[in-house]
Amino acid sequence: MTLPAPDYCISLFFLFLQVQLFSRNDPFPFTMIELIDIHKYFGDVKALTGVSLQVNPGSIHGIVGENGAGKTTLMKVLTGYIHRTSGSILLNNEEITLHTPMDAIQLGIGMLYQEPLDFLQLSVLDNFMAGNERFSPETMSRILEKLSKRFGFEMQPDTPLHLLTVGERQQLELMRLIHVGTRVLILDEPTTGISDEQQELLFSALRSLRDEGCAIILVSHKLDEVDALCDQVSIMRKGTIVGHQQQPFNRNAILQAMFDTLPQKETAPARHQGNKEILKFTHVCSSNGRSGLDRISVTITQGEVIGLAGLDGSGQTVFLRIAGKLLEPESGTLQRFAAEDNESDSTDSQTVFLPADRLNEGLIPGMSIREHLLLADETPLVIFPETGRQKAKQAIDKFSIIGTPDTAADGLSGGNQQRLLLALIPTQARLILMENPTRGLDVQSGNWTWQHLLDQMPDNGAMIFASPDLEEILDHASRVLVFFDGKILLDSATSDTDFDEISQAITGRIKACS
Amino acid sequence: MDVSVSVLAAGVAATSAPLIFAALGETLTEKAGVINLSLDGAILLSAMTGFVTAKATGSVWPGFAAAAVTGMTVAFVLSGIGIWLGQSQVAVGFALTFLCRDLAYFLGSPYSRTPGPQLLAVPIPVLADLPFIGPILFNHSQIVYASFALIPLLWYFMFNSRQGLILRSVGENPEGCWARGIPPKRTQTIYTALGGALIGLAGAAYSLAVKPGWGRPQGCEGIGWIALALVIFGGWHPLRVALGAYIFGMLQIAGILFQEIFPAIPSQIFQVAPFPLMIFALVIIHLSRNKKDTTGFRIIALLSGTPPMALGKTHEQE
Repeated sequence: MTLPAPDYCISLFFLFLQVQLFSRNDPFPFTMIELIDIHKYFGDVKALTGVSLQVNPGSIHGIVGENGAGKTTLMKVLTGYIHRTSGSILLNNEEITLHTPMDAIQLGIGMLYQEPLDFLQLSVLDNFMAGNERFSPETMSRILEKLSKRFGFEMQPDTPLHLLTVGERQQLELMRLIHVGTRVLILDEPTTGISDEQQELLFSALRSLRDEGCAIILVSHKLDEVDALCDQVSIMRKGTIVGHQQQPFNRNAILQAMFDTLPQKETAPARHQGNKEILKFTHVCSSNGRSGLDRISVTITQGEVIGLAGLDGSGQTVFLRIAGKLLEPESGTLQRFAAEDNESDSTDSQTVFLPADRLNEGLIPGMSIREHLLLADETPLVIFPETGRQKAKQAIDKFSIIGTPDTAADGLSGGNQQRLLLALIPTQARLILMENPTRGLDVQSGNWTWQHLLDQMPDNGAMIFASPDLEEILDHASRVLVFFDGKILLDSATSDTDFDEISQAITGRIKACS
Repeated sequence: MDVSVSVLAAGVAATSAPLIFAALGETLTEKAGVINLSLDGAILLSAMTGFVTAKATGSVWPGFAAAAVTGMTVAFVLSGIGIWLGQSQVAVGFALTFLCRDLAYFLGSPYSRTPGPQLLAVPIPVLADLPFIGPILFNHSQIVYASFALIPLLWYFMFNSRQGLILRSVGENPEGCWARGIPPKRTQTIYTALGGALIGLAGAAYSLAVKPGWGRPQGCEGIGWIALALVIFGGWHPLRVALGAYIFGMLQIAGILFQEIFPAIPSQIFQVAPFPLMIFALVIIHLSRNKKDTTGFRIIALLSGTPPMALGKTHEQE
């Protein structure tokens, strides 16, 4: 019995070390993922019917499609979050089984979910560490710092997560995914609810990851970002893939494949501008939200459609909530409607607020469409099974909601929830306040929403909406207010300003106008 | 009076020990996002099993073990129905609390008012002779020492370990855990069971140490509900929950004391006083959350906590 020579041992050891180091840093240097004939049924509902897709390493692959086309379901299948009914998934030409998200993580597949799946009450560092194999706050804090520096994100490890914006939470989650060794990165509607600046940071991070050989899948319904970022795109409709394209994309062909028809853009009709005041803020201050409001004075008159622009949490939300009397101003005065109207106390039913979080703030998740309409109307003393059914059916037809009078609000898709909210607006409403009215809606649903809103708006009323999408503001608003750090930096008719001026104001790069 | 201060403090430490176990057990459970409402009945049932086992074996330690197993069993029933079958944790917890109470009285009746073993104080040499703090901290039974040790241990576990982070994450967002490869249901089951074991130990701490013996009433009835309130009062933070338990113990001791000082006032008032005072404290803490401007309120606001976001919600994973 002879022992191997010591130098042999040592070289073996180094070989082992190299393999270890190599595999830790880069488990799958070039990862190609291939989906073959994926089916997914939820009971009788066919969510995916035979999807095949190939994503190459070092490329960004866009998946577009209208709401409910099956994009998110497909991605959740790929991360093991839900199980496929049939079909196979190949990673580097080897079939893989995905029973749980753990399997996917170990294979280097990670997903940035549309609603960040994180822990709001824990700190940034805790969120970064949760699910990791080791617990070492100091090391992880250093890693976090390094990654933040690399991508240009700014983050303090001790901050509780609920103080972060959606965009920052997303940045954190992205860094976490990179740290756990993700080589196939999936992003589901990553630009919903984040600012333009955060979007730029995100995109440059994605480009740098692509150049390192990651396979990136970008799920989106915004063609602009797909155009800016993706190397190729697949179009989904009704649970299957209906087309592929390489850069440069033919936008009309994509739209046609997404919707079967080309969506028509609505232009804002010219409106009679009265001079009657609808809403008047005088030196209003508030400490709510991230920035609060700092002595806001503004007057809004009949017939105006106001777009509120600004970074997340710059005061738009607080402004809307004070206008809707959901928050009390801490100082200053707020006057709604002209003095002669104020005698009756009907001003509350003349004001409507549509929140961005439709399901949790605007609707009652477990209640049906019929019950929502009954509640919004004068609710009868006794409700029989047939009470209000006719009205509900009419509303469903008029607002083209996909659902029955008995469908619960949480059973509706995002677009249909918005339609139901619109159906609940009382006809006498004169002041309509909206947070991000087309959040999560595809082009078609968004256009429909605007068409309806502009049609329904009474001549003696006004509409105020906040939106992260400047195009939306320029298209539909007659006047824009740009918020920065709780102040209004720019107040201008949309015809007198342009995209660049507003973008500058959003980032605080022009002087206050008042 | 200075002699009695340390005697009273020692009394507070001893009477609060079972409450510490129960409240921290519930904190552990709720931090993982599960509401265990069965604890009032579970405490009584494990007090009974603990006493009976100790009597049968002639030693208190098998009694404590039996009580912990009893508490854990009740917790398993709760997690089986509440977590895995997705039924309402509140409804199951309520049903269990009454079931356990009646079961304890029924099964324990042959042992009612019979003598049995009990834990005696074990003064720690040298330390127990220290002036003032000696009698407060170092002249107790083992279960009281264990309650002292449990507080920092649980705190350290929750906030300075990987498992503790997983525990807190699961209570915040089970879906998020699932997406990160942490199995939320299994984690919740484990911590409900561990919390149940602590609740069981609380029962045995009554029947074998603080209020030795078994009978109807045993004397620990109602303490489970106080423990539940303490978890809220303490903002789901182990150190603050423990502080609340000691404040409650102090109120109870003060009740006995004031009874002697003011004999004209009916004794029932002092017996009941801790309960409305507890509610009053909860109200103040709740108010402080909305009005954070004044400094007085701001100090109290430090005490208030936010419940784990997924508390009591059933979670479905595929």
